[in-house]
Amino acid sequence: MNVTKLIKKAVVDLPEEVEAALRNAYEREEGETARLQLKNILENVELARESQVPMCQDTGIPIFFVRLGDAKKEDVEKAIIEGVREATKSVPLRPNVVDPLSRKNSGDNIGTGIPHIYWSTSDDVHTYVTYMPKGAGSENASAAGMLNPTGSVKDFVLDAVEMAGGRPCPPIIVGVGIGGTMDTSTMLAKKALLRPLDSRNPDEAYAKLEDELLKEINGLGIGPMGLGGKTTALGVNVEYAACHTATLPVAVNIQCWAHRHHTMRF
Amino acid sequence: MNIELPIKDARDLKLGDIVTLTGELITMRDRASKRAVENGEVPAPAHTVYHCGPLVKNGSLVVSAGPTTSARLDEYTRTMAEKFGTRLFIGKGGMNATSSEVFEEFGCAYLAFTGGAGALAARGIKEVKAVHWEDLGMAEAVWQFRVEDFGPLVVAMDAKGGSLYK
Repeated sequence: MNVTKLIKKAVVDLPEEVEAALRNAYEREEGETARLQLKNILENVELARESQVPMCQDTGIPIFFVRLGDAKKEDVEKAIIEGVREATKSVPLRPNVVDPLSRKNSGDNIGTGIPHIYWSTSDDVHTYVTYMPKGAGSENASAAGMLNPTGSVKDFVLDAVEMAGGRPCPPIIVGVGIGGTMDTSTMLAKKALLRPLDSRNPDEAYAKLEDELLKEINGLGIGPMGLGGKTTALGVNVEYAACHTATLPVAVNIQCWAHRHHTMRF
Repeated sequence: MNIELPIKDARDLKLGDIVTLTGELITMRDRASKRAVENGEVPAPAHTVYHCGPLVKNGSLVVSAGPTTSARLDEYTRTMAEKFGTRLFIGKGGMNATSSEVFEEFGCAYLAFTGGAGALAARGIKEVKAVHWEDLGMAEAVWQFRVEDFGPLVVAMDAKGGSLYK
């Protein structure tokens, strides 16, 4: 189980569909500054892939999604921890993991509760491991709230994106989680980021919300790097769960243009 | 337009100008800025400050070095400009109105580097001259870089109170 290889691929090689979306954005933009930002991004993506270096220096903190097949949970966890340590040295990754109060850096991207692993099970013999590191720029711009049941989900999402401005390195990808409980709404928002950019929620009401949000977010004109332009978001994915009649939890997990993620089958 | 560092002041730089930098600069972000302001000293010439936590291999090879969010560092702008002589601030996402006032008072400018363009940034960084305050960790230490054609950067906030972020 070569987790180091998985990590390296994720941070060095931007997924094709994200690169394609960025190229489309470049074609559509008219402003000189906006075009320059996208040009730099695309040049950087190519350079990182050619030189096999992390495209962004913030290699994030390690987050894994594991669909457990026949492999044993302890074995997978051990492989993941060792893989992160090795990748930190060899790729390399920037040591980003600290204790939240003391701020002491662990040096190897391993800490209490980190790597964070979302576990699921399946009847498949194979185990699928997805790596999606999350940097601070985008994560710090994310938001969650317990709305009044009659509150506006759309307003909450648009406000969050507007407040974030250029901080999360637009063009962004927006994951929205609606319903569940306080903790599950944020998890849904993060999992929403794993869906392809051009995918739509199977439920028409939520798919419509995705379409409207994307249109209205781009209407804000924040643009690449917050310097103005037509493309603020490359996609919006909404996930939902039923919730208590007296609640409306909403979470917005913002992802930067460097939407690094990769899945390997073991 | 290539700028040779250090510059005396940034009053001639216009909003939207696209520039590259050649010379020496230092990186400073959250922890180093706080320490500099609290202790009243910077460990290296601070005329050109890059808001960045670089990814450096074996202490000398800069692998990826894009900018960090400058908005977290607004509270240090005045001291940086007034006490430590910073005239060029480089980062992403812009700085606030208070920082803009400091830029006007001291003739500073804010240059935006494309966020996440770590490999592109590293290409312009030719040498690690020194690293200071390493106890803060790789991302938070003060790195002294020699750069050549570092950029392209956009003049996103000028010395006249102007800003592309408005």
